[in-house]
Amino acid sequence: METILNWLTKFPALDRESLRDIKKAIDSSFRDFSREFGESLETFFEPLLWFLVGLEKLLLATPWPIIIIIIAGLAWLGSRSIKIVVGAVISFLLIGFFGMWDDTMSTLAIISVSTLVCISLGIPLGILMARSNRMQSLVTPILDIMQTIPAFVYLIPVVMLLGIGKVPGLIAVCIYAIPPVVRLTNLGIRLVDKEALEAANAFGATYKQRLFGVQIPLALPNIFAGINQTIMMALSMVVITSMIGVAGLGVPVLRSISNQYLALGLMNGLAIVALAIIFDRVSQSYGKRLQKHRVGEQHD
Amino acid sequence: MTDLKIKIENLYKVFGANPQSMLKHIEQGISKKDMLEKHGHVLALNAINIDIPARGISVIMGLSGSGKSTLIRHINRLIEPTSGKVIIDGENILSMKKKQLLDFRRYKASMVFQNFGLHVHRTVAENAAYGLIIQGKSKNEAKKLSQKWIERVGLGGFEDHYPSQLSGGMQQRVGLARALATDAEILLMDEAFSALDPLIRTDMQDVLLDLQEELHKTIVFITHDLDEALRLGDRIAILRDGAVIQQGNPQDIIMQPANDYIADFIQDINRGRVLRIKTLMTKGKTVAGPNLVQHRTLEDALTEVASSENKACNVTDNKGEVLGSITLDQIISGLVRVKLESNTETRYH
Ligand SMILES: Nc1ncnc2c1ncn2[C@@H]1O[C@H](COP(=O)(O)OP(=O)(O)OP(=O)(O)O)[C@@H](O)[C@H]1O
Ligand SMILES: [Mg+2]
Repeated sequence: METILNWLTKFPALDRESLRDIKKAIDSSFRDFSREFGESLETFFEPLLWFLVGLEKLLLATPWPIIIIIIAGLAWLGSRSIKIVVGAVISFLLIGFFGMWDDTMSTLAIISVSTLVCISLGIPLGILMARSNRMQSLVTPILDIMQTIPAFVYLIPVVMLLGIGKVPGLIAVCIYAIPPVVRLTNLGIRLVDKEALEAANAFGATYKQRLFGVQIPLALPNIFAGINQTIMMALSMVVITSMIGVAGLGVPVLRSISNQYLALGLMNGLAIVALAIIFDRVSQSYGKRLQKHRVGEQHD
Repeated sequence: MTDLKIKIENLYKVFGANPQSMLKHIEQGISKKDMLEKHGHVLALNAINIDIPARGISVIMGLSGSGKSTLIRHINRLIEPTSGKVIIDGENILSMKKKQLLDFRRYKASMVFQNFGLHVHRTVAENAAYGLIIQGKSKNEAKKLSQKWIERVGLGGFEDHYPSQLSGGMQQRVGLARALATDAEILLMDEAFSALDPLIRTDMQDVLLDLQEELHKTIVFITHDLDEALRLGDRIAILRDGAVIQQGNPQDIIMQPANDYIADFIQDINRGRVLRIKTLMTKGKTVAGPNLVQHRTLEDALTEVASSENKACNVTDNKGEVLGSITLDQIISGLVRVKLESNTETRYH
């Protein structure tokens, strides 16, 4: 009687010994793995590192007025809206004025590179997913895990493999930020009007001609929504990546948490928000302009 | 006139997890309903045999779900059959390799869709040139060749518009121009005018008949609308639950419906406007009376026959050669509907 009661109130867990052994076994085998392959992985990611460092250096070395002009130009190209351009310029002037210019440039560098990585991996993956249902049911749960697993958990193996630095930071950002662009590419292609696609087929279009001539152009607004979300999610990782040694606006935020610097934290936090709003408005209005033909003014 | 262009032979199509396994049930003559209820498969096409002559409009008619879209998509193999043959110009297209099939679709058969199937990111000019671009023609050449068809369907001046800026009727004109531009001999039209308002639909039918007079393509036209079928069709095949229940020329179908279902179907048409005097005339017999050309409708001929002395007229071919004659009584009996077998009969809908 007593044993049953005991069994009910206390969960019949593994005993401490075997639990420790299991964890040890996993840890040591992963450590072996990282000792074996860590170095070759590092060389594999080296070009990415050069690219990131190069871009960061370039941004930092370029005189600030030129950067502001470039940003204004890009904002104009993307949005065609004076309001957004003025907003972007004022935000950057304020950022500089409050002494956050260099950190902002570092953040811009890592956001740009990780967005590029996400796009160049995510869009092809989304295309593959749209092509086969099996691929879709295989990838979807992986994307779910990538989005829900706390960033700190996958930081551990990444850091074990590659140490602390920019590349592991970049990888962490990409793991977190890539799902939306994959998902929305897949969705966008699957939502393409069935008859429009059938018409392409009926006229003898090959897979490539259908993909580049019909599916991608028609899915573009959705793909763009995905890219927009990817950028937003990458920005939201800025503070976490600063914990593993990535320079940028996250570093002062982290410092203000441990030292209770309210003003410093707030200022850098606001700078991140400003970047997010600028990216969001510019890419959204660009996405909207892409589907201009759908709205269509009334015919004359 | 009657060269065979497309021959559909013993065609079956089953949708479901394992279509081939259903063939043995089909051999035992299972009905569409039973296959769905007992085996969870859809028998979309059942023993289809249709001969489609060259250079005419062949209409395939049936109610929703009867298998029309499935059938027409077998002709350019957008859908693979479960068994059977589709022979076009003597070649079974089901044995074509991928490249051959692509070329067949590029050069030999083009298609017009119910909801137009236009590419909304392309302008009218780009849509019309699409088939030519797929054929591998240069942008300039494609544009030049398709321009003629844009004008021919009455869209000159709208080249730079996007489909969303056009009305439904105009959008389908783009669909038509795109299909005509590739110069394919076969034109497949799946309920091409069904999404249009009645007036515009009649307009488009006129456009098609006009074009056909000059182009003589082999047109397969799908519709669920009897009036449209009678207006356009040189031949009509009626589809029900995936099977052809009658095919032939429209006059024969109206005069001799194969069963109650068809009789029921045609009972509300205006026979006076559809039936032609040639269909009802007595061959070889001549009368003392005026001559009428064979393709006049009963309604059209009625007053002349009624006011003639003998209440009868001669029927001539287009050159004036007498073929036979028709009496007022014949016209009147032609105007009366075929009686349905019984009044308490089951209605098919
Ligand atoms: N991909 C598919 N999978 C399963 N069943 C299908 C599929 N396509 C068509 N069917 C079924 O096959 C039958 C014929 O469909 P089809 O679309 O050819 O009819 P239709 O005559 O064109 O009808 P509508 O007038 O509604 O267009 C229907 O019962 C339909 O439910
Ligand atoms: Mg249909």
